[in-house]
Amino acid sequence: MGKPAVELVDVVKRFGDVVAVNDVSLKVEDGEFFSLLGPSGCGKTTSLRMIAGLETATEGDILLRGETMLGIPPFKRPVNTVFQNYALFPHLNVERNVSFGLEMKKIPKEEIETRVVEALEMVRMPDMAKRRPNQLSGGQQQRIALARALVNRPEVLLLDEPLGALDLKLRKAMQIELKQLQEQVGITFIYVTHDQEEALTMSDRIAVMHDGNVLQIGSPEEIYEQPINRFVAGFIGETNFLEGTVNQINGKTIDVSLDEHTIVKAHSNSSAHKGQKVGVAIRPEKISLASTGMIQGQILEIIYIGTDTRYIIRLKDDTSVTVREQNLNRIQSNKYQRGDEVGMNWDPAHALVLTE
Amino acid sequence: MAIEPRTRRERLTLNILLSPTLFWLIFFFAIPLVIILILSFLDNSPNGRIVWNIQLDNYIRFADQLYIKIFIRSFFIALITTIICLLIGYPMAYWMANQSLKKRNTFLLLIMLPFWTNFVIRTYAWKMLLARQGQINQLLIALKIIDEDNVHTFLNTNAAVIMGLIYIWVVAMVLACFASISGLDRSLLEAAQDLFANPARTFLRVTLPLTLPGIVSGSILVFVPSFGAFVTPDMLGGGKADMIGNLISQQFGESLDWPFGSAISAILMIVMLFGTLLYFRGLRSGEAQS
Amino acid sequence: MTTQIPPQTRQTQIKLDYQAAEYTSFMDRLKQWLFNGYASLFYLFLYAPIFVLVLYSFNKSRFPTYWTGFTLEWYKILFNDHLIGSALKNTLIVSISSTIIATIIGTMVSVGIERYRFRAKSAVDGLLFMPIIIPDIAMAIMLVVFYNLIHMDLGLYTIIISHIAFNISFVAIIVRARMASLSSTMEEAASDLYANEWNAFWRVTFPLLIPGILGGALFAFTLSLDDYVITNFTSGPGSTTLPIRIIGMTRRNITPEINALSTMMLLTAMLLVPLSLWLQRREDMS
Repeated sequence: MGKPAVELVDVVKRFGDVVAVNDVSLKVEDGEFFSLLGPSGCGKTTSLRMIAGLETATEGDILLRGETMLGIPPFKRPVNTVFQNYALFPHLNVERNVSFGLEMKKIPKEEIETRVVEALEMVRMPDMAKRRPNQLSGGQQQRIALARALVNRPEVLLLDEPLGALDLKLRKAMQIELKQLQEQVGITFIYVTHDQEEALTMSDRIAVMHDGNVLQIGSPEEIYEQPINRFVAGFIGETNFLEGTVNQINGKTIDVSLDEHTIVKAHSNSSAHKGQKVGVAIRPEKISLASTGMIQGQILEIIYIGTDTRYIIRLKDDTSVTVREQNLNRIQSNKYQRGDEVGMNWDPAHALVLTE
Repeated sequence: MAIEPRTRRERLTLNILLSPTLFWLIFFFAIPLVIILILSFLDNSPNGRIVWNIQLDNYIRFADQLYIKIFIRSFFIALITTIICLLIGYPMAYWMANQSLKKRNTFLLLIMLPFWTNFVIRTYAWKMLLARQGQINQLLIALKIIDEDNVHTFLNTNAAVIMGLIYIWVVAMVLACFASISGLDRSLLEAAQDLFANPARTFLRVTLPLTLPGIVSGSILVFVPSFGAFVTPDMLGGGKADMIGNLISQQFGESLDWPFGSAISAILMIVMLFGTLLYFRGLRSGEAQS
Repeated sequence: MTTQIPPQTRQTQIKLDYQAAEYTSFMDRLKQWLFNGYASLFYLFLYAPIFVLVLYSFNKSRFPTYWTGFTLEWYKILFNDHLIGSALKNTLIVSISSTIIATIIGTMVSVGIERYRFRAKSAVDGLLFMPIIIPDIAMAIMLVVFYNLIHMDLGLYTIIISHIAFNISFVAIIVRARMASLSSTMEEAASDLYANEWNAFWRVTFPLLIPGILGGALFAFTLSLDDYVITNFTSGPGSTTLPIRIIGMTRRNITPEINALSTMMLLTAMLLVPLSLWLQRREDMS
């Protein structure tokens, strides 16, 4: 494998006193679909804009294929961006929008023509060449923005919440399409989103950001199954947290006592020591219900959501736990009633001890 | 959007962009302004020569009853013009804002057309209408409201000047109010009605306060040029309803007293500046309230 | 706002509501009529004087007061009036040249102010704003004093210079408003697509500014055509413009020739303004 497509080295960005990006380092490999995921204000868009050259890093270095991009203006960087609100030029038609970058690079006219046609075919909008942006729907504008960026064959394509303005159904369809397109063209994508489901669906790797820091970088499976802290566990998908103290350590399996009577088994990657206060994170679908279990509780609410049924169960100490059971049988006869006492069990490998 | 010019090229660009305007406005506005401010403290010899003798006589002279009367007349003519423009312009703006979008553009164009035509012509039209043998007197005779030997003298009165000023400036009032009323969030009015306000109270408690910026800017747009008017009192006042503008003009014409004329101009400008500052402060506090 | 209504009274309640609806719709319609009537009166007020002015340009009598019959005589006199001809020429020279120059440098300053941050910004703002709030009579006398002082002969040049001085501010107001409404992502997108600053401005920002620039130019042109006070003070022999000529004519004897001249000027404005507004709107659509 050659040099990483994009590398951020100890990048800091301050706006006055506000630290938007705090010492971020990451590597994006060639041909990767890489997502920057986090809540709004976490610094993901600022990081993207620094790669594009639209913001200047206060400290640190940004490398493209091993070459520093410091001091290189956006119009000299071999990257292109799909902006959040597409930023199509309203005074130019679709064709002229798409050819804009090629014209600026002084590509010969004949080549521009063929590449524009190709790009419009690639995003399945071949008949829209003469339309103005304001004559297009949101989804169509989105495709044109994509074509306008991809036609330049950038080394890296930057996408800033490109699906944010679309309705749910269209967004789902576009997610799949974008992923297929990326595999087809083989260009490195850096994708900014706050939607964890979107990131999980599309990405090869995800960097979870919070308050200007990168908390964890990994594949969707790693991020989901092995979150390194409470924020990642809570932000990606649904998680139950049980508070307790480390009672006993048997290799990777740890006994955590929730109170004097209740001890649960969990699994840890990090080094927990005896007596330490920790949280046990368990995904709702990893818990099974039985008449007795590791912990006991009372069913507070039963919610039927088609594929699954969700149970909200109150423990003795008033914390509530969500359990998800798949509806495998056609008739999911009322196995449990509201108010029933139930026990909960799980495979210790699926419960994660988090120290921070 | 604004960026700090960092590179030498950016600073050069900024200088190229600004310098023609700065050159023009400094030479043909700022320096002349300073000159007449200085001039207003100088002396005038009887034959119209300027004497270098710094004193306050020109300002003290303005306190004379004759000039104060003209000042007060200008003020009241401008004030009455503004009030009447507001009273007839606001309902018109309200009506326009309530038209469908399609019709609205046509009505707006109809309002703007006279505004874009030469104001000397528009003032001349009133000179013709208001004359002793003019069309208004003819109409009144035809309607038997007055008889032929007893025609009204409209021209050369304060009322004629006010009429002319209203005719010219009411459009500015309508446009300013329209901008404000049409920008009003409809849901606020619906919310007020939902909270049991009847239409009159909705108007008084919601519409009026929210369109106050439009009212204020319209009033300034009418008051400022009315107060400094020169052509309208000249054409319709005929020397009998002189305003400050005419007084200044006289000092540069027959009276040949430039220092005194400069002093009056300075007073006029200070009043305008003060009024405008007041307006911006009012606007800001209005914004702070809402 | 829904309230519980006991079943036995529901029937009467509905009836009352129905009557209320009838009543308010009548009130609404009355209000509508009153408002429409008022608007008609307002338009009558705006257009009746202009209509009478135009009508009496065709009056046979040499006074534009009593109607004595139809004639085109005054138009013949107007077209043969060489004083009017030279005034028209002067007016066009002044308006066109001052509009072009003021539009160019007013647009430049707008781009500079809206685009860059610099220390003297509020001073430049103030300088630009002053000519708008200062009465034209004051501006007229200070310019005439200044020209006198530097021994500049009054003539077409001094009129043009003065017109540019007040037109810059009005152009800047309109262009700056347009500039401020443009989103900065447009230029960002251009620079992301390999356009340097020069190309980003000329290929993206400038085309988007055009409606504002046209609007500013139109406004400057009309102000320049309209101006009497500043022109009158800064004009010299042989540089009479149309507004000065008209006022001069009304001072001596009023004849329907003035009405004929006014009609021609009105006609021009009424053709030019909708045309340019239409052009602007077409630009805006894009």
